[in-house]
Amino acid sequence: MTESVKVWSLHLGVLALVFAAQYVLPPYHATNLARIMVLAVFAMGYNIAFGYTGLLSLGHALFFAAGFYGMGLPIGLLDWAPVPALILGLIAGGVLAGLVGVLALRTAGVSFMIVTLMFAQAGYLTLLYLNTWTGGDEGFVVDRAARVIAGNDLSLDGTRFVAAFGLFAAAMVGCLWLVRSPFGRVMVAMRENEERSRMLGYDPFRIKLIALVLSGIYAGAAGAAYGLLFGYVGASFATIQYSILPMLYVLLGGAGTVLGPFLGAVLMFYLVDITSGYTDAYLFVVGAALVGLVLFAPRGILGNLRERFAPWLP
Amino acid sequence: MSFGPFLLLAVLEGTVMAAVLALTSVGLSLVFGVMRVVNVAHGEFYMLGAILAWFVTYYLPFPPALAWVAALIIAPLVVAAIAALADTFVLKRLNYAPEATIVATIGLLYMVQQAALTIYGPDARPVAAPFEWRIQLPWFGYSGYKLFVVGAAGVILAAVWLFMTRSTAGLVMRATQIDRDTAQCFGINVDRVYAGTFALGAALAAAAAVLIVPIQQAHYLMGHDPLLLSFIVVIIGGLGSIRGTLVAALVIGLSDGIISMFFSPTLAKIIATLLVALVLVFRPQGLFGARA
Amino acid sequence: MTRQLIGTAPSRRAVLKGAGAGLLAAGFVAPVWAQAAPIKLGFQLHRTGIGAAYGRWYERTAQAALKVVNETGGIAGRPVEIIFEDDGTDPKRGAEVVEKLVSQHNCDLIFGPLFSHVVIGSAPRAGELKVPYLVCSEGFHVAGGMLNRWSMQPGITDVRAQVSSMAPWVLANLGKKVTMVFPDYAFGHDHRDFFTAAVEAGGGQVIAKIAVPPTETSFTRYLPQIPSDTEVLYHVMVGPAVLTFVKELGEFYGTGARPQIFGFIDSLEAVDIAAPGLEFLEGSHFWEGHCRAKQADASDHETVYRAAVGVDDNGASVSDAKDVSTYAHMFSVWETLFIIKAGMEAAGYQSVADRQKFVEAVEAMTDMPESLAHVQGNKVFNGKTHQVFGHQFISKVEGGKLMKVHTTRIEDGMYDDAVDYTSQSF
Repeated sequence: MTESVKVWSLHLGVLALVFAAQYVLPPYHATNLARIMVLAVFAMGYNIAFGYTGLLSLGHALFFAAGFYGMGLPIGLLDWAPVPALILGLIAGGVLAGLVGVLALRTAGVSFMIVTLMFAQAGYLTLLYLNTWTGGDEGFVVDRAARVIAGNDLSLDGTRFVAAFGLFAAAMVGCLWLVRSPFGRVMVAMRENEERSRMLGYDPFRIKLIALVLSGIYAGAAGAAYGLLFGYVGASFATIQYSILPMLYVLLGGAGTVLGPFLGAVLMFYLVDITSGYTDAYLFVVGAALVGLVLFAPRGILGNLRERFAPWLP
Repeated sequence: MSFGPFLLLAVLEGTVMAAVLALTSVGLSLVFGVMRVVNVAHGEFYMLGAILAWFVTYYLPFPPALAWVAALIIAPLVVAAIAALADTFVLKRLNYAPEATIVATIGLLYMVQQAALTIYGPDARPVAAPFEWRIQLPWFGYSGYKLFVVGAAGVILAAVWLFMTRSTAGLVMRATQIDRDTAQCFGINVDRVYAGTFALGAALAAAAAVLIVPIQQAHYLMGHDPLLLSFIVVIIGGLGSIRGTLVAALVIGLSDGIISMFFSPTLAKIIATLLVALVLVFRPQGLFGARA
Repeated sequence: MTRQLIGTAPSRRAVLKGAGAGLLAAGFVAPVWAQAAPIKLGFQLHRTGIGAAYGRWYERTAQAALKVVNETGGIAGRPVEIIFEDDGTDPKRGAEVVEKLVSQHNCDLIFGPLFSHVVIGSAPRAGELKVPYLVCSEGFHVAGGMLNRWSMQPGITDVRAQVSSMAPWVLANLGKKVTMVFPDYAFGHDHRDFFTAAVEAGGGQVIAKIAVPPTETSFTRYLPQIPSDTEVLYHVMVGPAVLTFVKELGEFYGTGARPQIFGFIDSLEAVDIAAPGLEFLEGSHFWEGHCRAKQADASDHETVYRAAVGVDDNGASVSDAKDVSTYAHMFSVWETLFIIKAGMEAAGYQSVADRQKFVEAVEAMTDMPESLAHVQGNKVFNGKTHQVFGHQFISKVEGGKLMKVHTTRIEDGMYDDAVDYTSQSF
């Protein structure tokens, strides 16, 4: 079996399993899985910037929110149809990532983290400031009638699952293709040794900017889909917590692995869901997971797996 | 209110805010200066200080003034001990790699915050000031305790400055800051310096909280805003420069009160946040960026 | 998750001494459960996050009401069980909690959330799952038409009705030139918009509107913006910094001249009004949804309720005088549980298949007379807007205690329907 066959059969197999899960899982877990898939797309986007290109951003909530509101506002205020609204959300994520990238990529390391954090905070405050249109902290409900695409009502569990799966599958295949492409390898080169790549004739700024824009498109698509599939748009999704969330998923699942963000999202979701049944302080568990991960498994689950058993894992 | 008294109040409030900012930021600045670590949990050390102050003043059977003084001694010590543990068991093992430590301190932030929720509860609780003294001016009244905070901040900051410039420990810390490896060659125990610095930064945050908590309340989510504000001050002042941090606290404290009179305060916050980002992008050494 | 089948589980405190005796004296029969399966009610609880101070008391109130309901025959003879799930006062988790309560715990319906963003974030999912969602939030979002057929607010008057009903009294007794201080987000904007409209309709004038960002921890610098010709200062703040705000207001005016002060008790909910620094509030007025300090004319039902939820005559916990309750709001949880009981019994509710019948039964409700089920006072429910309307109280601080000086009429708060949920499909 060639490496390529191995890689593709693994990922397509995972996709097939996830798709089949809707027929097996009880309704509660099926809907959770739909949520997790959308959040995993967000995390995959984060992974493109952080895991592959080495850009540790603390501002991805901004790009998620760009998609969230880029989809929600045209529907809420201008009665747009869902498909163009979704596309606008996706574009909004990419454009905002581009704008932030042009400025933030002049810095690196800690400064980059703080600059992205500050931009995201400014974005969150802007949503509050423009409350006449955004509904501020309270947000608004996406009209159920607007959540129908070509006769498919996205507020129905089955349709929603398929829609979330469609996005998830496209995102995963896209990610896999990207990281195995020559450009993907240049991205990794940026992460590993920027100076050397520069000497080889690559323009690090350009590469990193493209990676960040791609990452923003993923985040925007996830935001737009989350709002449309679950029917609510509000500013709490633009807070710093939603910048930390994808980082957590990626670190847990394995930075720089295609499946890592999804695995991390599944584990984290159920960690919170289950521990909140036993303790008020379930965020303590989140904190402990973060500390434990950077201490004992900085490469995450799949990262460690790759190191030991499966060096071919993309 | 006519312009004169209006300005007087703005200046008073600005000075208090500057003192509060300087107190909360100086620890962050110190830690970043010496260790090159961005401590995202800094705000939680501040919160811990406030909550410990509540516990001490609530359970010690002293009159308010004495109980508060006890809190000013106990809270920073306890928080420093916690910070030293965090340094030894987490940050040191990460070799202070900047990105890993940020992630780890985010984790610490959640852990400390949630532990506070479990132990202390969700309520905002007042801590009595060591004295009640209201200054009645012809146009408005003002809290005498707030002026005391300004004075106390001055004393603490002067003490930090003396410690850094005149004491042997300060010299060792500065030596480690300038060149860690050379310092090690001269027999300096860098691990201990780092643990001490981290503890000192946390103790400063806790001391700030004990000073400030009588004019606010102790609440388990109170660490969030001081964190962002401290970031802003430390960045504008130049990361790691204590002098710059003080100047920035003064400038931001004084201007913030006045700016938010003219703009919507939310808009003022947006502008301030964007400004910080742009300062980092275009003047990474900060606006007042003399190296400390 | 806390799962408690009251009757078998130990109660949290000795909360029900008074209530139990009162009920037995009133001739209620002690329940004898047959083999009936319990009715499961889901409670979406702000146990953590910014709403946690409210959540704690909402949980206690729900437990107390549950005990009374179970001791008086349950719902249609079936025992009742409440399953609490923490939503972290977060809309994302809120929607997930709705899912969990319905799909995993098989709850018959959900009630209890307070914070508007959680309500608005969760209501769509409740509508999709076709499960009744009874909120205790005061927000105008229910009657404003933003939600759906399954979302109702039968336990507490919304903010629009609250402020409209009080404006005439404020204008007549305190002054005509009003300055408002409010948090710069949705809850504050509701106050700003509806109170301004009511003041203008009453011939008064709002001369300044001071919006304070919700993240603010110090407020003194906003206070000089209060115009000196202000006759009434209207304040409403929420969140952990409220006490700072009120204290700084006191420092600012000190012993000098000051306008009349009219505040929403939200500014001091869960805070001891006798705390140091609040002396200047003496003689100022507050809106209260339910009088925190026991009034001379308190009804017997109110007395039973107060004992049942474990609150003393000053509004603090009977076990800790420093633990002040969220008394002005938490009655909504109690009343909502009794409305659930009444609605289910009227609908002949058997199982989840009857959820629609339950909503229709609640929609059919109109007058709710003062009783053990409606301890805050009589109310009128509007089935079209899914919103209840009740009396509001204006209290004056006298000797460090809130004493009622005025009770609004229900009609004072009525406004034209903005929505007719009954015309929407299920």
